[in-house]
Amino acid sequence: MEEIYAKFVSQKISKTRWRPLPPGSLQTAETFATGSWDNEENYVSLWSIGDFGNLDSDGGFEGDHQLLCDIRHHGDVMDLQFFDQERIVTASSTGCVTVFLHHPNNQTLSVNQQWTTAHYHAGPGSPSYSSAPCTGVVCNNPEIVTVGEDGRINLFRADHKEAVRTIDNADSSTLHAVTFLRTPEILTVNSIGQLKIWDFRQQGNEPSQILSLTGDRVPLHCVDRHPNQQHVVATGGQDGMLSIWDVRQGTMPVSLLKAHEAEMWEVHFHPSNPDHLFTCSEDGSLWHWDASTDVPEKSSLFHQGGRSSTFLSHSISNQANVHQSVISSWLSNDPAKDRIEITSLLPSRSLSVNSLDVLGPCLVCGTDAEAIYVTRHLFS
Amino acid sequence: MEELDGEPAVTVIPGVNSKKNQMCFDWGPGEMLVCETSFSKKEKSEMVPSCPFIYIIRKDVDVYSQILRKLFNESHGIFLGLQRIDEELTGKSRKSQLVRVSKNYRSVIRACMEEMHQVAITAKDPASGRQFSSQVSILSAMELIWNLCEILFIEVAPVTILVLQGRLDEARQMLSKEADASPASAGICRIMGDLMRTMPILSPGNTQTLTELELKWQHWHEECERYLQDSTFATNPHLESLLKIMLGDEAALLEQKELLSNWYHFLVTRLLYSNPTVKPIDLHYYAQSSLDLFLGGESSPEPLDNILLAAFEFDIHQVIKECSIALSNWWFVAHLTDLLDHCKLLQSHNLYFGSNMREFLLLEYASGLFAHPSLWQLGVDYFDYCPKLGRVSLELHIERIPLNTEQKALKVLRICEQRQMTEQVRSICKILAMKAVRNNRLGSALSWSIRAKDAAFATLVSDRFLRDYCERGCFSDLDLIDNLGPAMMLSDRLTFLGKYREFHRMYGEKRFADAASLLLSLMTSRIAPRSFWMTLLTDALPLLEQKQVIFSAEQTYELMRCLEDLTSRRPVRGESDIQQLQDEDIETTKVEMLRLALARNLARAIIREGSLEGS
Repeated sequence: MEEIYAKFVSQKISKTRWRPLPPGSLQTAETFATGSWDNEENYVSLWSIGDFGNLDSDGGFEGDHQLLCDIRHHGDVMDLQFFDQERIVTASSTGCVTVFLHHPNNQTLSVNQQWTTAHYHAGPGSPSYSSAPCTGVVCNNPEIVTVGEDGRINLFRADHKEAVRTIDNADSSTLHAVTFLRTPEILTVNSIGQLKIWDFRQQGNEPSQILSLTGDRVPLHCVDRHPNQQHVVATGGQDGMLSIWDVRQGTMPVSLLKAHEAEMWEVHFHPSNPDHLFTCSEDGSLWHWDASTDVPEKSSLFHQGGRSSTFLSHSISNQANVHQSVISSWLSNDPAKDRIEITSLLPSRSLSVNSLDVLGPCLVCGTDAEAIYVTRHLFS
Repeated sequence: MEELDGEPAVTVIPGVNSKKNQMCFDWGPGEMLVCETSFSKKEKSEMVPSCPFIYIIRKDVDVYSQILRKLFNESHGIFLGLQRIDEELTGKSRKSQLVRVSKNYRSVIRACMEEMHQVAITAKDPASGRQFSSQVSILSAMELIWNLCEILFIEVAPVTILVLQGRLDEARQMLSKEADASPASAGICRIMGDLMRTMPILSPGNTQTLTELELKWQHWHEECERYLQDSTFATNPHLESLLKIMLGDEAALLEQKELLSNWYHFLVTRLLYSNPTVKPIDLHYYAQSSLDLFLGGESSPEPLDNILLAAFEFDIHQVIKECSIALSNWWFVAHLTDLLDHCKLLQSHNLYFGSNMREFLLLEYASGLFAHPSLWQLGVDYFDYCPKLGRVSLELHIERIPLNTEQKALKVLRICEQRQMTEQVRSICKILAMKAVRNNRLGSALSWSIRAKDAAFATLVSDRFLRDYCERGCFSDLDLIDNLGPAMMLSDRLTFLGKYREFHRMYGEKRFADAASLLLSLMTSRIAPRSFWMTLLTDALPLLEQKQVIFSAEQTYELMRCLEDLTSRRPVRGESDIQQLQDEDIETTKVEMLRLALARNLARAIIREGSLEGS
């Protein structure tokens, strides 16, 4: 793997996301957004890694990212997603959900829409009103789903002032993350180790399915769905464990993989190479999991750059009827054949890596050491 | 009490009339709170309207600078790397590592300086431009001091040759151009050029010994002297003064004062041309005299000058002390002292508080970081490497970090758990659990009590659930109770809650026999709280009323015993109002119904057990 560029940005980064490319585009990723946290003034910023056509005065090389524009954000940026090419949705620790609009002609960001009381403990009408942090947001144009510490799920639609649907008290604990399964269905993870699937077509306030880990109810912090197989889901927990689930089969995970030494903050399947998975954690490391069943020669390529490479075989819980026809290597139960190769991508241990995103050959991540790392050559 | 090293600065607080009213203040870890009281200074008792604001005063503004933050973060990484250098390494490899660390620090300072310089140039208003420029000069002073310390204390080359070579090669090239321009002076230019070229210097790859170099230099110096005596350059005063400079003539050097921006350049140039093989210990003589000569009695030495002088005198403690006074932020002295300590250069200099200087400075720096809303995470690692007071300081600071989101709380908890600070974990979890209970997030409350292994709180949460059940007749948050898993074992009450819910589930699934024995075990094993027994017995009623016999005779006896136990302990009530009488009525009815049901069940059970199977 080629160099990974680091830049110190004077703010702790809580979220980084690549701007999605227009469909059918052949370009590589060029712009990413970041959100900061724990500052007196937090910012949502847009950065560019594109070539500027000239070497600037200090000989900045192509990988160095430059700030395009930023805008003040009230509260910590708890989650951030690109709604479309120009709009960014953020979840705030003040319980507010904001849509920012980017104006490319004058490189500014402005607030496009805001739902200020999306998440709260005691309602706006009551005397003891207190807001609750909004912990997760996910978009699927035109819908936006948010979850928060109040255990509430909101379904918003862009340009609608009020929420289209709200499920109060969907969970008695904190909902940490949400993702879409098939379009009317979402999946949430909470702090008592449960995955819940909600179907917006149904009227009730009950989840259509609940899955949980056996054993200790370790809080789950992140979730991501396999890009091609919508029933395969990966979650990361407070103990750093990575779990792979098949939501059609039973209520327990298919694989449990011992990973990080502390909370896993984000897990991402690579959108175009789903045999590759990326996780980042409070323990300051970012791991690249390669489950592609290629020939062993590949292992030599991954020994450069990464600090350590270990081979791990699946540990499978008792799943009697896993379909053999499932192609996904994450679910296959042949431990001898499928060895996952794990590479650590950051050059040295730092403070917590809070967020990462991958698009094509590019990866960006942000840390509590106030640094943003970018690489444009993930698979070389 | 030590004497003050300088006059304390006076800060005027806007809006406060200190002539009329008294002020009050309180110290915080990095800041001070000040406000005006309504007590007037004169003895009059009238209440004078006072300024309604509370002011926060900070001395350390550097910690809020955007650019300096990068310095703090990058140096944090270098600091950690330094601490982790293998203690086993000794000698050359260790020294080269330490030198590398020092160079890293310096490059970070320089990067910061450059960035700040850029900002200073492009600043929109002159005031902030000036502020940035002064920051730049402070940073460049820091880099200089660090560099000097690195050379003098850390790297300690066998001979300190000040490598400011005067760029003689470039000078020669310019001379040759001049020679081309005016052929008349071509001759002397050539001679000058030769002199410049042949000046012996110690270059890094050179393997000459010191004595060889000294001899060569002496020879060269004499050659220059001869040219001066011969007045070879008399026709060209410019070249003649150059020659004098190269001979180390102080007067000639001082004439070029404007070209030498400060006294240490003067020192360097002077030494280069008069005594290039100076020994480190002799440096301070030259330093002091250079300073005096350069200033010429016109201006007094600045703080930076004192620091450099102390460095030349190899008085590390003085250097650190002067730096501490001159700079408002502890960053510089803390890191420099730590590095020097790793080079084993600081004798243990015990301070009043029992810790040594390195630890004292690191503690001050880390405490300053904790006063910042965001940089506290860096401070944690610095406390880790203060062996005496670090842990205690961390324990006190970490409990006071405001936790406004769960994610921040999780990070703080992780820090505490990694250091086995169980007390802090417990106290933080308790605060969060209480907040959750107040917000009716019982699942979150439970998850916090599980994290802290806090049985008492788990009991509290379970009691809340049970109370809710009694009031509403059904369980809230079934998703939680149904899925407690091994966490159930945390507290008896929690186990009871889980089992009770299991009983309800079994009943719903019509597994009556299992439900019955579970119910009984709940009562006999005494994990059910006494207040709940009536509810349990009432739950038993439908099981007793079933067509088939569910409770065996033995079990029925147990139930009866429980009932008697319960009713016998009931306190005798005196005169009471209507509501209480009604309640009592209901109670007595319930008890009677139970007694009847139990008796009937007993009868049926005895008969069934007494009969032969199949009949």
